[in-house]
Amino acid sequence: MTPVLELKEITKQFPGVLANDHIDLKLEKGEILALLGENGAGKSTLMNILYGLYQPDGGTIFINGQQINVHSSIDAIKAGIGMVHQHFMLIPVFTVTDNVMLGEESLILGDILDRKTAAARIMEISKQFNLNVDPNAMVGDLPVGVQQRVEIIKLLYRDANILIFDEPTAVLTPQEADELFKIMRSLTDKGKSIIFITHKLREVLEYSDRIMVIRRGRVIGETTPDKADQEKLAEMMVGRAVNLNQEKNKAKKGEVVLQVQDLVVADSTKKITVHGISFTLHSGEILGIAGVQGNGQTELEEAVTGMREFESGEIQISGKSIRKIKPREFVEAGGAHVPEDRQRDGLILSFPVEDNLMLCTYYKPPFSKNGILDRREIRKNAENLISAFDVRTPSPLTDVGTLSGGNQQKVIVARELSRDNRLIVASQPTRGLDVGSIEYIHGQLLKKRDEGCGILLISSELDEIMELSDRILVMYKGEAIVTVDTEAVSKSEIGLYMAGISQQSVSGSETVAEKSSTGE
Amino acid sequence: MSALEKDSEQKKNEAKQAGEIFLQELSRKPSNDSSFFSKLWSAIQIPFLAIFSGLFLGALIIVFTSPDVYEAFSKGLGTGLKAVFSVVGNAYGALFAGAFGSPSKIMEALRTGEKIDRVFKPISQSLVETTPYLLSGLALALGFRAVVFNVGGEGQIYVGGTAAAFVGFAFADLPRAIHLPLSVLVGIIAGGIWGFIPGWLKAKTGSHEVINTIMLNYIALRLVEFLLTGPMTKAGSGGMPISNSVQESAKIPLIFKKPLTLHWGFLFALLMAVLIWFFLFKTKWGFNLQMAGANKHAAKYAGLNIGIWTVLGMTISGALNGLCGANQVLGVTYTMGLGVSAGYGFDSIALALLANNNPLGCILSALLFGLLRTGSRNMMSNTGIPLDIVSIVQAFILMFIAAPAIIRTVYHLRAKKTQAPAAVNVSGWGGK
Repeated sequence: MTPVLELKEITKQFPGVLANDHIDLKLEKGEILALLGENGAGKSTLMNILYGLYQPDGGTIFINGQQINVHSSIDAIKAGIGMVHQHFMLIPVFTVTDNVMLGEESLILGDILDRKTAAARIMEISKQFNLNVDPNAMVGDLPVGVQQRVEIIKLLYRDANILIFDEPTAVLTPQEADELFKIMRSLTDKGKSIIFITHKLREVLEYSDRIMVIRRGRVIGETTPDKADQEKLAEMMVGRAVNLNQEKNKAKKGEVVLQVQDLVVADSTKKITVHGISFTLHSGEILGIAGVQGNGQTELEEAVTGMREFESGEIQISGKSIRKIKPREFVEAGGAHVPEDRQRDGLILSFPVEDNLMLCTYYKPPFSKNGILDRREIRKNAENLISAFDVRTPSPLTDVGTLSGGNQQKVIVARELSRDNRLIVASQPTRGLDVGSIEYIHGQLLKKRDEGCGILLISSELDEIMELSDRILVMYKGEAIVTVDTEAVSKSEIGLYMAGISQQSVSGSETVAEKSSTGE
Repeated sequence: MSALEKDSEQKKNEAKQAGEIFLQELSRKPSNDSSFFSKLWSAIQIPFLAIFSGLFLGALIIVFTSPDVYEAFSKGLGTGLKAVFSVVGNAYGALFAGAFGSPSKIMEALRTGEKIDRVFKPISQSLVETTPYLLSGLALALGFRAVVFNVGGEGQIYVGGTAAAFVGFAFADLPRAIHLPLSVLVGIIAGGIWGFIPGWLKAKTGSHEVINTIMLNYIALRLVEFLLTGPMTKAGSGGMPISNSVQESAKIPLIFKKPLTLHWGFLFALLMAVLIWFFLFKTKWGFNLQMAGANKHAAKYAGLNIGIWTVLGMTISGALNGLCGANQVLGVTYTMGLGVSAGYGFDSIALALLANNNPLGCILSALLFGLLRTGSRNMMSNTGIPLDIVSIVQAFILMFIAAPAIIRTVYHLRAKKTQAPAAVNVSGWGGK
């Protein structure tokens, strides 16, 4: 059978990098093909070429055996190719119908919008593929998962047969992701074909029919889920053996390093986003804060580290109560902070790596004596940390903004973890990083735990929380919905908590350590 | 595809590949251990080419506005072209001689030992002219490093100059060792206050310093005008806005004898440049200032109180402008008048950008401005080409500095590798 889509020898050169090096790809009808690769491997470039956003330097594209030229996304849509972008292209103040019609309006009498026909068509598509979308709903009111389905409807409305999903699960809860994959399966059952781009190994193994791994612009290999496992895929992606499941010793809990009692925090718009949360963090343990983004985790992180003043409640670091803590006092008290927004808070992009590696303690020896910076000590520190934390930078004097995301994060982690700390607050420490960097940073956090640090790990990656934490606190709408021992809970249970379903309604959750949520 | 076509296709590809390799070789990144000179060149190429292009375009304007050239072209192409070269040559020759002095006369004077002071007068005058540019340029450069845009230089120069003039004439019978430093200090404080106000307003209320400094310029101008026509006016000036002359003990002494007007203020300004450079790049306070400017979120994360550093940045910037005003009054005019700042407060914006906000780079760009300004007077008196041509040349240079993409396109330079968004997106001398 002729494949619905075939790419032959696609090559794309960017200044200094060969983003795609003679890539061949075949997509059969009704198949889900996973395109797996690290950040910067060339997956997105390839898909953007297919979607007409880039012009290839060489190679050809065939649809159903016919060669086509794709000069713009309009050509791609005509050829039946559709793309669901990682960041949705929707107008929140428009209804679903208006969003779907945009660019492809049905008209009557020449110029008048025919919303009725469009809405009917949307209903029909929605039913056919079990999408369950109300055409008259305002897009801004819909949950993220449903917004994504609106994007899918947009493609189906334009009769797309080949659907490309760019990192579709990055913004979803685990349940929403499961839902999405069900939808993807129902799409392929009805004859559509899907390519989905990801770097999450678990998804690939669970949901795809075929896996293609790309590294440094080249196809490294092809496999099927039944023949592969996570270790093998990671090795193909990174090019070396990767230790995915960090070995974890049993936590050796010590004294309390952080105690939070009835904490109430407001965001920048003065809206209360943390509603009286309480927890205790001991030395030598990792407490994971799970939750879908935007449930108050950011404000909690900022309040604890002194970046934000809190409304009421109490924070104690190593038994010392602090009402109005400033970031510098937090550091002086033995705190380290890996901030959520690394480029905004954690780094000065226009400063060199060596300056960024002393950002929180530059004002005291060894970095400055009597107010004068000691450049030799600064360089020594930078060189030590660069080699100890494997930061890939041309030199300590390179502006940190020119490094890759993973290396920028390593600069922050190196700086924060190299101090003699007792408390680490790490927020989304591996967001957007590739497998190799994630492995490394996880290893460093566990090492710090074993050295007796208390670590507050805030992450919206459930896998990360499950892997590293000793205990998990799930935040939902600013409250601690539950605090449990990691061993006593399954991933799907946490997923339900994340969606706001409290523990009473979760069956078999009597093992949940309720007492730990009130603090010992 | 026939075999022949295939063959030619293959050859084409080979040729293309060879070409690409060649191009890559040509445009290869200089390696990290490149020599001092290639580093120097990459640091100064943009300003250098900008100055060159500015002078070139200035020459075009001289040519197009010269009646002589049109007349010569009506006589024939050859005479026309000759006239083009002679007009530009005369103009820039006069500019050069006015700025540096005539090389042949200098050689002559050095050999015979006569008229030495006369031949060094132009260069001495250029350095006198460089001094206010340098001080005000430092003010702006320091401001930019802290990411405050101090457009209030004029106002700060006025209040600084007026305050210095007041102390300079009001206190008689003070020894110079006290009187001069006191006058300078009061000028600095007055300028500092004029910078503190918009800085404080920005930190407290978030109101933008550009608007506030511009408004403070008007307030300063009118306030000074009032003082100079009223309380501080020179007796018998008939209502002219001019102050009493400062006492002899408050004047900045000359380095040489008249007619060489170069005074110690110039060396003091050089010292300031080094001090400011040391402060910015070698002390933790300078690091604070730049950090607060480069990324206020990260600065807060690193434990800074941003507000304090915004205020401090504006205050120091204003103080340097106040010093500029004091320098002019105590070293050049000896009296406060409305002409004390010939636009230094505004020109220095450009000057600081040309220097990439590096205090040591400011020395070079202030020299350029001082030389151009002094030379243009000679150019006007010798060739009748108006002073304004120099302003146009300066404007061109700045345009090219502010938009280095133009220079890169014109001279086919490689674009710099993608850089992190810098606080101020211009290139110039120095760099950090």
